[in-house]
Amino acid sequence: MPDHADPKPRRPFLTRRKLIVGGGLVGGVLVVGAGIANIGKLLSIGAEVPDSTDFGQFIKIAADNSVTIVNKHQEMGQGIHAGLAAIVAEELDADWSKVRVEAAPANVKLYGSTAGPLQGTFGSSGIANSWDQLRQAGATARYMLVQAAADLWQVSAGSLTVRDGIITDPLTGRTAPFSELLARAAQIRAPETLPLKDPKQFTLIGTERVRRKDSRAKITGTERYTQDIQLNDMMVAMVAHSPRFGGKVLSFDDSEARKIVGVIDVFEIPSGVAVVATDTYTAKRGRDALKVDWDDEKAEMRSSEDLLKFYRDTAQGKTDIKGDRFEKSGNPEGAFDGELIEITYDLPYLAHAPMEPMNCVAMVNGRRVKLITASQIQTIDQVNTALVVGCLPGSVEIETLPAGGSFGRRGIMSSDYIVECVHIAKHVGGGRPVKLIWTREDDMMGGYYRPMSYHHLWIKCGDDGYATAWRHHTVVQSLTPVGPNTPGVEGIHGSPYLAATPVVDGKVFTPKLAIPPGFWRSVGASHSVMVMEHTIDQLARRAGRDPIDYRRTIYINTHKPRWLNVLNLAAEKAGWGQPLEPGWARGVAVAECFGTTVAQIAEVTLIDGKPKVRRVLAAVDCGIAVARDQIRAQMEGSVCFGLSAALYGGVILEGGVVQNTNFDTAPVLRIDEAPVVETHILASGNPPTGMGEPGVPLIAPAIANALLILTGQPTLFLPFIKS
Amino acid sequence: MPYTIRLDGKQHTVDVDADTPLLWVLRDSLNLTGTKYGCGVAQCGACTVHMDGQPVRSCSLPISAVGNSEITTIESVSGPEAAAVQASWLKIDVPQCGYCQSGQIMSAVALLKEIKVPTDAEIDAAMSGNICRCGTYPRIRNAIKDAAKSLI
Ligand code: FES
Ligand code: FES
Repeated sequence: MPDHADPKPRRPFLTRRKLIVGGGLVGGVLVVGAGIANIGKLLSIGAEVPDSTDFGQFIKIAADNSVTIVNKHQEMGQGIHAGLAAIVAEELDADWSKVRVEAAPANVKLYGSTAGPLQGTFGSSGIANSWDQLRQAGATARYMLVQAAADLWQVSAGSLTVRDGIITDPLTGRTAPFSELLARAAQIRAPETLPLKDPKQFTLIGTERVRRKDSRAKITGTERYTQDIQLNDMMVAMVAHSPRFGGKVLSFDDSEARKIVGVIDVFEIPSGVAVVATDTYTAKRGRDALKVDWDDEKAEMRSSEDLLKFYRDTAQGKTDIKGDRFEKSGNPEGAFDGELIEITYDLPYLAHAPMEPMNCVAMVNGRRVKLITASQIQTIDQVNTALVVGCLPGSVEIETLPAGGSFGRRGIMSSDYIVECVHIAKHVGGGRPVKLIWTREDDMMGGYYRPMSYHHLWIKCGDDGYATAWRHHTVVQSLTPVGPNTPGVEGIHGSPYLAATPVVDGKVFTPKLAIPPGFWRSVGASHSVMVMEHTIDQLARRAGRDPIDYRRTIYINTHKPRWLNVLNLAAEKAGWGQPLEPGWARGVAVAECFGTTVAQIAEVTLIDGKPKVRRVLAAVDCGIAVARDQIRAQMEGSVCFGLSAALYGGVILEGGVVQNTNFDTAPVLRIDEAPVVETHILASGNPPTGMGEPGVPLIAPAIANALLILTGQPTLFLPFIKS
Repeated sequence: MPYTIRLDGKQHTVDVDADTPLLWVLRDSLNLTGTKYGCGVAQCGACTVHMDGQPVRSCSLPISAVGNSEITTIESVSGPEAAAVQASWLKIDVPQCGYCQSGQIMSAVALLKEIKVPTDAEIDAAMSGNICRCGTYPRIRNAIKDAAKSLI
């Protein structure tokens, strides 16, 4: 059996390194909760000296010929480390069995997005964003090594071949592993850009050889998550939070808590009352013993029912929230006269509930800060931390650990739980490590949910059964503090169904509530795909048309070949049109999310009024398939994640207080309900797009569409099973 | 107060309150962090360990209730079933985030010790106490079947 995790003492707090002042980063504009603009400069000032090596910031080659690839993206289960490593290894022609991956530190200059000064992992952009950059990185290192061999052997570089980390001179049969050429290669200067392989020459990308590198650690209990960090002199903290969003501490009595042996201190921080203790269980007991009075003056006091009524009224223009137009085409005059089809949807708040509840380790010594946590958007976490301790964002050191799931929960604009931990560590001071632990209840009550939404559609259809006029009102909180509510209508705005409709009038209504909304795996698509895909089946049914056939016409007319291709492939593989046993029906959904196009067809029945899915056929176009097995894994996981939300998901508020706070009252999908998922990947020569999210939002409408066939009834709300 | 438990073949003495869950003794007192916290209320299975070979939820087992039982954690689980389960997990690349996987493996090993070739229904019954938010369920099912096959 393997060694126990982490036997070595960890490096002491904050090694001193040289600081760079000033720096070459051109400031982009980033809006964070605090309203900071132009942070590029702030990030580069005080940033550490780049940890770069001879082969650039992404590649390290060791004496044993192993190649370590530095992963600038957060590994939270989606397998990004394997995909990125394969991209480098392909151009480098490294020995895949000797490729390792390590997480990049926070350093926006070296590891920021190629699109702007932001280091982070979101929007399923990891592979797409790194594709050119990492291919160049691999090609550059290869060039340097090959040139070094050519110099050594006095032959032309073009005559040499590289395979599995070994350079060969075919004429003489001489060979050298990369590791023998390191010193010489370091002297070589490679051109700025190098020619890359023709994808047809790929020997690793797109093959079944691209597998995860972290499975062994994860099946032996040796993978190290934030939860597992144990440091000398470390304290464990828990925080009593307001049970209501927007509530504040009025007063507290810590006399009982302080009597508990092992409770070190109790103090107020902006987000509540912190208890620090020697260990987790003592911190929990200390927190349980606190008596806190909360000031609810600014708190959200409403129940889910109240909010639904408010949203419903808002969609009908009966409240003072004004709608913003997100889509308009054609002349609405008279277009909505006569018989209209009215459809509404009520979709709930959804908690992310990653398996590892939120947590963070922080050390603060004056203005020096180190975080050890599964930071998902390092740059934002640096900025928010810097605001607490008054240092320069770039000087905030972050050791990024793998996340025990996130689904967007760790990519929060306010860095809520990280900031909380930094406040505690600042109070404790002296660089003493503090591990903040949230319980499952903290996590479920902690907000940043997929926002609830209400949709009201008025549609007029022509004689051919297609929409001629479509009015669409969406009520949903915005995920960004300023600017238009774009994520709220992502997937509605620009939908082929709207493009095919001559008159469109779309408005989004943006309530401001104390309940903080957040990015939830697939973001806007998590609600919009339900709305659009279930609506289209209802229209097809009214027209007496087969839903796949009905869609095909739209995709052809609106020039959506990728939608058409995934739909056709899924239909073929699912045996669409062939009868199923009585009581079973197939439902279909198609969507594009973050540049990836997916179709899913689910086989569904009803057991005691509860939908049961036994099989899901998925077809996906994600450009060049980098890691085929991980594409399948993400599709399987996405279907299960989406199915869990569709069946059970929904945060329930009573008087502003979350009622379902653990898995007993907030059920999630378990193995007995997980369907078989069959994934078919379209061949493509396009640059790759992401897979972490696009498979999530289709299963809910696919089920709803199957139920429409089985029962004749549309689905007006989710989840399917209300507790 | 001091408690001595038999763990992974050795005796360990820890000084904790009687109601301290075994989970926190393992993680905080003994630095065995392979066993995870996911819910604290016996709902998710992330904290599954074996007590005399039976899978138990260590988050809901007070240290005072462990007595003389032998505790096995992911760090030391061994034997043909454990080897087969871990080999199949690796072959199929079951983990995603991995956080639930210690618990999944402990449950799967206990299942295969009990039933050589489990049916789908038996897999459901034995594994439905273990939540995986990443949705690795289809692969878990395949890996258990693969492991069972390799044990015959
Ligand atoms: S942590 Fe013990 S069952 Fe969830
Ligand atoms: S692998 Fe992430 S929770 Fe199971």
